[in-house]
Amino acid sequence: MEITQQEVEKVAKLARLALTDIEKAAFAKQLSQILTHVETLKQYDTTGVVPTATMPGQMNVFRPDMVRPSLPVDSAVANAPESVDGFFVVPKIIEDRQPL
Amino acid sequence: MSTHKLSLYELHEKFAAGEVTAVEIVRAYGLRMSQVEPKVKAYITQVKDTAIAQASALDASLKGWRKTLPMMGMPLAIKDNICTEGVLTTCASRMLGNFVPPYDATVIAKLRAQGYLLLGKTNLDEFAMGSSTENSAVGPSRNPWNLQCVPGGSSGGSAAAVAADECAAALGSDTGGSIRQPAAFCGVVGLKPTYGRVSRYGLIAFASSLDQIGPITKDVRDAAFLLGAIAGHDPLDSTSADVPVPDYLKALKKRDLKKLKIGVPAEFFAEGLDHEVEQVVRAAIQQLKELGGEIKEIQLPQTGAAVATYYVIATAEASSNLARYDGVKFGLRAKETKSLLELYMKTRQEGFGPEVKRRIMLGTYVLSAGYYDAYYGKAQAVRTLIRQDFEAAFQDVDLIATPVTPTPAFKFGAKADDPLQMYLSDIFTISANLAGVPAISVPCGFSQAGLPIGFQLIGRPFEEETLLRAAHAYEQSTQWRAKKPTIR
Repeated sequence: MEITQQEVEKVAKLARLALTDIEKAAFAKQLSQILTHVETLKQYDTTGVVPTATMPGQMNVFRPDMVRPSLPVDSAVANAPESVDGFFVVPKIIEDRQPL
Repeated sequence: MSTHKLSLYELHEKFAAGEVTAVEIVRAYGLRMSQVEPKVKAYITQVKDTAIAQASALDASLKGWRKTLPMMGMPLAIKDNICTEGVLTTCASRMLGNFVPPYDATVIAKLRAQGYLLLGKTNLDEFAMGSSTENSAVGPSRNPWNLQCVPGGSSGGSAAAVAADECAAALGSDTGGSIRQPAAFCGVVGLKPTYGRVSRYGLIAFASSLDQIGPITKDVRDAAFLLGAIAGHDPLDSTSADVPVPDYLKALKKRDLKKLKIGVPAEFFAEGLDHEVEQVVRAAIQQLKELGGEIKEIQLPQTGAAVATYYVIATAEASSNLARYDGVKFGLRAKETKSLLELYMKTRQEGFGPEVKRRIMLGTYVLSAGYYDAYYGKAQAVRTLIRQDFEAAFQDVDLIATPVTPTPAFKFGAKADDPLQMYLSDIFTISANLAGVPAISVPCGFSQAGLPIGFQLIGRPFEEETLLRAAHAYEQSTQWRAKKPTIR
């Protein structure tokens, strides 16, 4: 399986990961190698096999919907790079509205 | 014997009998750490001062009343991907370089409730991704048996700390062998419990369907003792199993292996297995036979698919789990970014090391439109076949005995530039994670070069007792654990 640099760029964008040109070239080569190994899975016949997503016997787990103690806001934002009044601060997302 | 050389259980007995105080214990380990830690580099963060304060409070509270809980006063090291309230938890990543968890992992809450003493947080491959600790953002730990060799990974710091007597025991986490492989490389015992046996709440997630916390210890009895202290159902982890926790120490009482059938899978003794490792592991299996075990050749036909299956599933889950590191809620934030998208992309570029990026890329690729069925769907189906291999084998045998690693500990840099080679070295350990079954690594000899070699026992789900019993019977019939590394 050959992975092109363009595919690397597309996947990096999906993963929200900025890469240098050196990283892009290295990943194209390494991912190609690893995926070539992964292709060996094709030789295993999985017709009609139920995929394993979790361990057998595990199902939806429910609990009573009750109010319980939770993290105070101060602790919840204590590790944030930037916060104000208990809110996380991020760069502006919505552009200024154009005047009508 | 010096306090730091005692096993966890021996130390517990002395402490419970009032022969040693908690402060004396912490002092002894503090001294040992100051002697060998500059060479071994097992820890990322040391909290000796806090431990002394906790120890003296504990001693004061115990005056004239010596009813102790199992882990009371016990000096432990914890892998730095397990959350400890108020104590830095970095995952050996720049991304979490300043992260101080506001809560304890459930395993830590359990240990804390028993009065354990935290000595520090141990090194790992960044986000537990690696087999050598060379992927740690703070630099690798060293193997106490040979400082030029890796301690294994990802729980390399925990295994090195136990081997170097820098703690009485440690916790690690095992997604594809991250407890058992470093335990084998460092000549100590490492147990990956059944998936669901120990709560994952507060374990910083790598691959949620595979991750499991477990003990790394000086001997098998310690592994049984520590597992009993951390196992059990937890409402905070919906995948933790509501299965009663047996008395694991009691399971060790039986010293012979009569009526126990032990399978030896041909696929684990194939090409790529180092000759010395094969000889030593085969001798261990012979010893199991002499102890009364019935040895049987078995087949696990899908073993050859395990590495490929694992690296699709583990990276897919990792790419999803690591999406949370976006520079907003905790951890690193890139400076001078103009938009939210740029903030995400630059933060992740600066915060993650090469192996973590590689796995995020691989995981994102196998989950992306057009490739999902061919890679991720296929791997999940093959995982079922691997699981069925084990189910079929366990119809016939009680335990499976294999090598842990294809070679003894390798030198720094030997595989660092070849990710696929590094992945392939996980071949003997990852099947147990894919099948969700418990497995233990037990020291069983040394290479000509003096490096430890371990063998692995794999058991049925929730039958850690059988695993521990056989491992203990083997260990008690040999003298390997008496040998300690000379750190130089």
